[in-house]
Amino acid sequence: MSLDKKQFLQAYRTMRTIRDFEYRVSDEFGKGNIPGFLHLYAGQEAIATGMCMNLSDEDYIVSTHRGHGHCIAKGGDVGDMMKEIMAKQGGSCAGKGGSMHIAAVEKGMLGANAIVGGGPPLIVGAALSAKTLATGSVGVSFTGDGGSNQGTTFEAMNLAVVLQVPAIFMFENNGYGEGTAAGYAVGSKDIASRAAAFGMPALKVDGADIFETYETCKKAVDHCRSGKGPIAIEASITRFRGHFEGDAQQYRGKGEVKRLMKDLDCLKIASDIAIEKKLATKAELKKIDKEVAAYIDEAATAALAAPSPDVSELLTDVYSSAY
Amino acid sequence: MPIKTYRQAINEAMAQEMRQDSTVIVIGEDVAGGAGCDGERDAYGGVMGVTKGLFPEFGESRVIDTPITESAIMGAAAGAAQTGLRPIAELMFMDFLGVCFDQIYNQAAKFRYMFGGKAQCPMVVRTMAGAGLRGGAQHSQNLTQMVTMVPGLKVVCPTNAFDAKGLLITAIRDNDCVIFVEDKFLYETSCEVPDEMYTIPFGEANFLREGTDVTIVGISNTVNKALAVADRLAAEGISCDVIDPRTTSPLDEESIIESVEVTGRLVIVDEMTPRCGLAADISSIVAEKAFGSLRAPIMKVTAAHSPIPFAPALEDAWMPQESDIEAAVRAVLGYTR
Repeated sequence: MSLDKKQFLQAYRTMRTIRDFEYRVSDEFGKGNIPGFLHLYAGQEAIATGMCMNLSDEDYIVSTHRGHGHCIAKGGDVGDMMKEIMAKQGGSCAGKGGSMHIAAVEKGMLGANAIVGGGPPLIVGAALSAKTLATGSVGVSFTGDGGSNQGTTFEAMNLAVVLQVPAIFMFENNGYGEGTAAGYAVGSKDIASRAAAFGMPALKVDGADIFETYETCKKAVDHCRSGKGPIAIEASITRFRGHFEGDAQQYRGKGEVKRLMKDLDCLKIASDIAIEKKLATKAELKKIDKEVAAYIDEAATAALAAPSPDVSELLTDVYSSAY
Repeated sequence: MPIKTYRQAINEAMAQEMRQDSTVIVIGEDVAGGAGCDGERDAYGGVMGVTKGLFPEFGESRVIDTPITESAIMGAAAGAAQTGLRPIAELMFMDFLGVCFDQIYNQAAKFRYMFGGKAQCPMVVRTMAGAGLRGGAQHSQNLTQMVTMVPGLKVVCPTNAFDAKGLLITAIRDNDCVIFVEDKFLYETSCEVPDEMYTIPFGEANFLREGTDVTIVGISNTVNKALAVADRLAAEGISCDVIDPRTTSPLDEESIIESVEVTGRLVIVDEMTPRCGLAADISSIVAEKAFGSLRAPIMKVTAAHSPIPFAPALEDAWMPQESDIEAAVRAVLGYTR
């Protein structure tokens, strides 16, 4: 068993926090309290959690437009994130980023990226910093199956291999790039073997299982920390929600989402395994659920009550100094 | 004072900064050259030899040869700049902006703002622009206008060796992403360049020649052409103010406006296509802010609205020439309402 009791409870709490956060912002979006576009991570929680449990604040991640989960898992402040997504003062990005650019730079979460495939080249740079400055840090790019087809991702993987930098390419294959199936859009049908063709080891994992995901990510992080160069992981997973909130998902099969939510719910899978292996009791998990629910409610309530950013901030932080 | 070429001045700025700041790295295609080959390392030192000698001094951890992979080069530089390094990334020809622009304008330029001031991106993109070497449509363009329009980027266009060294040192120490546009016609030109380090601030234009009849603003090498024209016209008693903005972002609007307030006439020269270019931009600023001072319509001397042709006869016709600048100066002087 990879996760001990304490680690498991931490993992469960993180996954539950992400799930509740996502459902709450979905509700608030429905009520008109959130402007713009929302792409939710519900269903994929075990991947961000399993990876980030192996990282410290000195390690770097870059994320996608579906980035709330990565930000929470990397230690981003949930209250500040809620404010940012609701476009309120005190938001993580001062109201200039929003859902698609959520970040926690001080925690090594270098930003969600709304350009599909925008992140992988950046993580090569973060890993290059780690190598050049000999900090021992690693960099992880979270990319979807959609981003796995972008040329920037191919270039990034090749350069990472050429420069032998400590970069992890985590591909979260949730089966869909927007409304097109990965089975159609990934020509090779297999993201891991395509990554391996660039000259790095590539692992595969069931992304709905936090135990396996944690273990696989640990292998990848250890590989990078020991100076063996980049590595890739393809985690299979499913998306509980549409590409964006409001997506009617007519491209999905009849009953598909319902079935996947029943069979591939990482929180349910985690609870069942943990209870069976006596890593946690039902009561312990219920207690966490309750605490997280209160925590998210508090964050949302505070964000709802917060004022909008001051218009005087419009032109701050375009440049580092007077322009 | 020692005489140095534009190429030597740029090389010296990088070497001196790298000596005093171990976080400065150089990354790009053939910045040393010879990686993985049987022959010599540092075989190129950049295709124009501008980074020659950095590899032997600083080694492969700080002078990094990459594959031909502009998107990954720019992205890696941006990611490295966010995490403690100060990369100088080389984009061999400015035309190649097309294969990496996302990493520059959507990523590097936006980090600070998009993440609420919590991120920074201290990187320099050194790139080479300019027509006239018969490089054809994809190795000749000056796309300064495309980067100047992007908030978050700073854009530098040095027109002589002295400025090149001082501006590059400023660029390397700057905490924003700076696009440093080298005019490939200037590498062999030389002037006095101090051995010691010095900086030239961004946003401060250089008055190369002071006059009272016509203001000529030039961008990149066109400023040198403007200067030659102004020298010739001086013999006829025509007195031109020749202004080199040195940086197009930030742009020293004030100096241009002050000059126009004296001369009342403005000719703007750039080697970019005419629509939405620097000449159009400066023209609109002056029309808005100094309309009352103008005694003649503003004249733009730009390249033609076409891809850059290969044949010398065609390329020469495409580019703004000294004769075009002279004609524009005479036209604004001869204008009567």
